[in-house]
Amino acid sequence: MSVNHAGGYVADPRIRPIEWLPWLLALLCYFVAPSYLPLGSYVLTMVIFALSLDLILGYGGIITLGHSAYFGTGAYAAGILAVHLTGEPLVGLVAGTLAAGLLGFVTGIVILRTRGLALLMLTLAITSLCFEVANKATSWTGGADGLGGFSVQPIVGLFKFDMFGKTAYLYCLVVLFACWWLVRRLVYSPFGASLTGVRENNLRMHAVGAPVYRRLVIAYTISAALAGLAGALLTQTTQFVGLKVLGFELSGELVVMLVLGGVGRIYGAFIGPLVYLIAQDYLAKQFPEYWYFFIGAILVMVVMFARGGILGILDAGIARLRRRFG
Amino acid sequence: MQALLSSLVSVAFHGLAYGMILYVISVGLSVTMGLMGFVNLAHGVFAMAGGYVMLSAMNRFGVPFPIAIAAAFVAVALASMVLERLLYARLYTAGELEQVLFTIGLIFMSVSVARLIYGTLPQPVYLPEYMKGQLQYLGRDFPTYRVFLILFSVAIVGLLWFGVERTRWGAMVRAAVDYRAMAQSVGINTSRLFTLTFALGSGLAALGGALGAEIIAIQPTYPFEHLVFFLIVVAVGGLGTLRGPFFAALLIGVADTACKYWVPEFGAFFIFFATIAVLLWRPAGLFGRAA
Repeated sequence: MSVNHAGGYVADPRIRPIEWLPWLLALLCYFVAPSYLPLGSYVLTMVIFALSLDLILGYGGIITLGHSAYFGTGAYAAGILAVHLTGEPLVGLVAGTLAAGLLGFVTGIVILRTRGLALLMLTLAITSLCFEVANKATSWTGGADGLGGFSVQPIVGLFKFDMFGKTAYLYCLVVLFACWWLVRRLVYSPFGASLTGVRENNLRMHAVGAPVYRRLVIAYTISAALAGLAGALLTQTTQFVGLKVLGFELSGELVVMLVLGGVGRIYGAFIGPLVYLIAQDYLAKQFPEYWYFFIGAILVMVVMFARGGILGILDAGIARLRRRFG
Repeated sequence: MQALLSSLVSVAFHGLAYGMILYVISVGLSVTMGLMGFVNLAHGVFAMAGGYVMLSAMNRFGVPFPIAIAAAFVAVALASMVLERLLYARLYTAGELEQVLFTIGLIFMSVSVARLIYGTLPQPVYLPEYMKGQLQYLGRDFPTYRVFLILFSVAIVGLLWFGVERTRWGAMVRAAVDYRAMAQSVGINTSRLFTLTFALGSGLAALGGALGAEIIAIQPTYPFEHLVFFLIVVAVGGLGTLRGPFFAALLIGVADTACKYWVPEFGAFFIFFATIAVLLWRPAGLFGRAA
């Protein structure tokens, strides 16, 4: 791996003042742009999903094109639970997280034995397999028609989901905050440091006696569980699960979002989905034919000229200003 | 008994045709991945481009079938050469993630360009008269075009094997796959070799896409939809070999056809399970050397 990651193990884990900025902005959105709250909830959900990917791609250095398998598992678990047992959102979240985490653990044990192309292929194959299962098990998942018609109860019996998406937005924000806190703790912990070590130099980590495989499986399981959490969140805020949540396209888009923001630095997972989804909302409506061309061109440009993504460009700009005026 | 035998023959025949097409498309991917270590997810783009070139030449300009096929090969090979020099070559030393992202970007762009020019519907395939109809053999009917596909692909495979095993160019390619630095130091111009091999691989993909347009419909989502299968062929067969992907492609062609014929509900399951099993058993593929 020769990716230019700016992030990684930092000795000082205290929260810097600027790290509160995203939360302030998110709260501001709630008051300033109430008509965009459904889009906002979706962005927040995808930020969680991107965070989960950042954990294994950005910190663990595992390239996967199949992360939607866990997102979809969480989404379907929450949906099926709401149809058959209870529509209590928190129970659904836990169910989605556990289901995806379990799948992540089982598949992680298997696929993390390989590297490179074989690993990439295995992630693809597992996602395709999950997709086929959901497609064929129509009595549980609704197949191609999707799973809908379930109701989501008020959160802990108090906060009812309203039609403007206000509750949903705040709900997503609180869940994201918890995920962010967890991921941040993980990344700044010795465990996170050893993950970064695996990414930077796998052989040397083996040489110093780090249990590389075990670390990766743990990280992969946590990442899958977080992806499942995001999936369950999507199910509850949209009250629908479609086959798309398991699609390979979603995995691809997710990688694009993360890379656009910046890999291996937590906040790349915030900025990437935000920019991507707002651009999609705006451009895909007006120029549906050009949208994918535009995304493809941006990807090529990022790879050729700006490997750090948006945050990498910002870093470079700030460094240049410092040199000039500092 | 008679019915079972007849369906067995039919599945084997159509599976063979499908497998051969898969091989012609994917073999270039195996060579470029083995030779340059480049994860080229956009390989299907070349196959799709080949299909579009052939079909537009035939449907719009009335070019005869054989010339349209040749045009697909030449046009895509030349275009890919430009692409390799301008873009791919810069990323040979980059990490896997960059290569994956770059080629996904190419797929996105090509999908939208294809949609812009040709719309979202699959392109119709009008075969010439002499390719239509059935051939009789041992009291059975075989579609003429599929017979042609199999024979033509066999000829291409034979040529390719001869080229790689018996010619000077082939020896250079094998040397570079084995040990690139050593090949360079004995005076092989590896970057020119890469360009030529890349162009040949893309040209073959175009040929496969064009020939197989009747089996694998040419539409804008082509590079995404069939990517998994091309990759499976390469990953299961093994990188940098000609033999591995050949067996993998035939296996997948026949297995996929058989599943669709007998157990359509489990169509894709078997392929994916088999892929996972093979990759766990031999991560470098059936015929690949362990990294």
